[in-house]
Amino acid sequence: MKILVTAKRVEDPESKIKVKPDGSGIVQEGLKYKINPFDEIGVEEGLRLVAKHQGEVVVVSIGGKEVQEQLRHALAMGAHRAVWVNHTGPVDQLGIAALLQKVVEKEQPDLVILGKQSIDDDQNQVGQYLAEFLGWGQATFASKVESMESEQEKNKVPAIVLTADKKSVQVIREVDNGLATVECQLPAVVTTDLRLNQPRYASLPGIMKAKSKPIEELTPAKLSVDVTPAIQVLKMSSPPARKAGIKVADVPALVEKLHNEAKVV
Amino acid sequence: MRVRTGTRKDEVLVKMLHGQGLYLEEHDAFRRTVRAVVEKEILPFVKEWEAREEFPRELFTRFAELGFLGLKYPVEYGGSAAGELYEAVLLEELGRCGSGGVSAGLGAQFTISTGPIHQFGTDAQKHRWLAPAIRGEKIGALGITEPDAGSDVAGLRTTARRDGDSYVLNGSKTYITNGVRADFVVLAAKTDPSAGHKGLSMVVVEKGTPGFSVGRKLDKLGWRASDTAELFFEDCRVPAENLLGGEGQGFAQIMGNFQWERLSLALGAVGAMEDMLETVLAHVKSRRAFGQSLHQFQVVRHKLAELFTARESARQLTYHALRLHVAGEWAVAQTSMAKKVATETCCRVADECLQLHGGAGYMMEYDIQRHWRDARLGPIGGGTSEVMNEIIAKQLGL
Ligand SMILES: Cc1cc2nc3c(=O)[nH]c(=O)nc-3n(C[C@H](O)[C@H](O)[C@H](O)COP(=O)(O)OP(=O)(O)OC[C@H]3O[C@@H](n4cnc5c(N)ncnc54)[C@H](O)[C@@H]3O)c2cc1C
Ligand SMILES: Cc1cc2nc3c(=O)[nH]c(=O)nc-3n(C[C@H](O)[C@H](O)[C@H](O)COP(=O)(O)OP(=O)(O)OC[C@H]3O[C@@H](n4cnc5c(N)ncnc54)[C@H](O)[C@@H]3O)c2cc1C
Repeated sequence: MKILVTAKRVEDPESKIKVKPDGSGIVQEGLKYKINPFDEIGVEEGLRLVAKHQGEVVVVSIGGKEVQEQLRHALAMGAHRAVWVNHTGPVDQLGIAALLQKVVEKEQPDLVILGKQSIDDDQNQVGQYLAEFLGWGQATFASKVESMESEQEKNKVPAIVLTADKKSVQVIREVDNGLATVECQLPAVVTTDLRLNQPRYASLPGIMKAKSKPIEELTPAKLSVDVTPAIQVLKMSSPPARKAGIKVADVPALVEKLHNEAKVV
Repeated sequence: MRVRTGTRKDEVLVKMLHGQGLYLEEHDAFRRTVRAVVEKEILPFVKEWEAREEFPRELFTRFAELGFLGLKYPVEYGGSAAGELYEAVLLEELGRCGSGGVSAGLGAQFTISTGPIHQFGTDAQKHRWLAPAIRGEKIGALGITEPDAGSDVAGLRTTARRDGDSYVLNGSKTYITNGVRADFVVLAAKTDPSAGHKGLSMVVVEKGTPGFSVGRKLDKLGWRASDTAELFFEDCRVPAENLLGGEGQGFAQIMGNFQWERLSLALGAVGAMEDMLETVLAHVKSRRAFGQSLHQFQVVRHKLAELFTARESARQLTYHALRLHVAGEWAVAQTSMAKKVATETCCRVADECLQLHGGAGYMMEYDIQRHWRDARLGPIGGGTSEVMNEIIAKQLGL
């Protein structure tokens, strides 16, 4: 089984994000970066699947030289090799999906795993676009039934299940009113939710081995993809600072305020 | 860090400067792993373990599983031969776990107790004690200090008298980290009581050997999650093959072992300071007085600037000594300087951070008080600051 997993570089949620005074973006100085947590879950799931069914996990990241750090992290977790699409200019979700489509056509994986969203832009789009571009089935928001403390989790059993004929995958997805199980023919696109698994640490031998694992370099030009964004970011601004709360005397006063001032009830 | 325009053309230079000319990318990757382990598997339990005056024995096996107990030891004994810099990263990050006792108990396992076996032991001795220690199955301790001799290592009184093919041990040790739980103790004893420091040797004693008993767990100001014990030896007979190296080599062995111990204490202090400064920064930002946050007072920001500067200078002196050490130099003076400066700075920083907490700093529910108590051991353990001065003076021929 060959599995392609994305590994986006995102701002570490622990570092303080500040918008530039001119609204053209965020202040990057002093920021820390990490692999998108949803992608890390994807890498973990891929590794569990190949541990069970054999095969390889290929990780892909799009960005400047610095994204090699996230690729190395995935390789240190155990991914077998990496593809780096070297691109430093602006790009939107359609552009990313178009680049991934070409990488998929080149690599021909049985399964592509992406995060359901990345924690920087929170778009929740790329997996769906990619499935559409490829004409493949998709199962988004993959989750699982067992708790994170279960034996399955401890023994790193994959939550994505391959059917007996190995032609489809069964995915449990989180939906508004509970969990839905869907079956999807391979090749397919799956996006991960937070409660799919607990990613392993990058072990020391893993970190050492990662140093010599190959990272193939591609570019949008090599993949013949025009990544000119269709979407333009006009301005970024911080959310308005929260005003101090007030205390109300009793429930009727609360209802009155919610009704007349906040206009929510 | 910000890049000066027009610089960074020289890739080699950039590589060299990365990690302040010390750590490489793979060390940073390892640091992220250790930090995640500390955050998930130690931090949430620190308060409980401190109150219980012990961390679970399983933490040793867990650390073994993660490969953390054998980072610098050879592969044939279960280590990963990755080198001392990885262990330095581990020590710094453990310093940030907020419990000196947890880092001390684990540290005693992979630094001071196994160090001499690795350096001076035979292959058989390494299979017997080093390998199971790396696997987390046997807990180790180092026993040098005695009720009547600590700084004065040459004045130790515990004796190891040769009798046929065994040594007979008599005497006592105190303040021994991991002493209560230790499965083996690397002991300093006089094989020739008349020969001063030349009569010292190192002998390994296993738990359960007749004549070896462990006293009570000592009640301490800090490092409360680590067990610290008195050990007694009464006609305790151990096989002669438990001797590490040759008779009379103990003093040199102890001094050699001290180098990494002192660096490890300095690195732990650097890590602890990072944690304290993060804690205090959050506190002064959220605490309000006189109509603004404490952080908005210039006097508070200047105080923080001084503390961050102190931390940075302690860190750089520590890195300097570490750099010399891993390059294979016998950097006794620099290591002693680093140990003294880092641990003393740590005490001062802890005290100032506690002060910045106001009354809250005096309350047991705040983490800063634990740092303050734990830091106090730094200038005492592993050779006192005064002993460091003595060594520095001798080394520099003053
Ligand atoms: C929590 C804890 C854990 C420990 N763990 C271990 C362990 O695992 N193994 C182990 O062997 N030991 C351990 N120790 C012991 C520690 O190494 C000693 O306490 C330390 O070396 C100081 O020795 P001492 O206590 O005998 O003090 P002393 O030697 O009695 O010193 C008392 C004071 O006199 C000063 N002094 C002594 N000699 C001189 C001199 N020549 N010039 C100027 N001043 C001098 C000292 O600096 C100090 O201020 C531990 C101690 C503690 C508190
Ligand atoms: C054991 C104990 C017993 C106590 N008993 C009593 C009692 O019986 N009755 C009682 O009323 N109180 C009592 N207190 C409270 C004590 O008086 C306060 O803790 C103390 O006044 C500090 O106030 P705070 O804790 O609010 O610190 P904060 O005011 O939050 O101060 C935090 C830090 O900010 C600094 N800071 C604050 N303002 C400024 C400024 N303008 N410029 C520069 N630095 C500033 C402080 O010096 C301190 O370092 C007790 C406290 C303790 C710990």
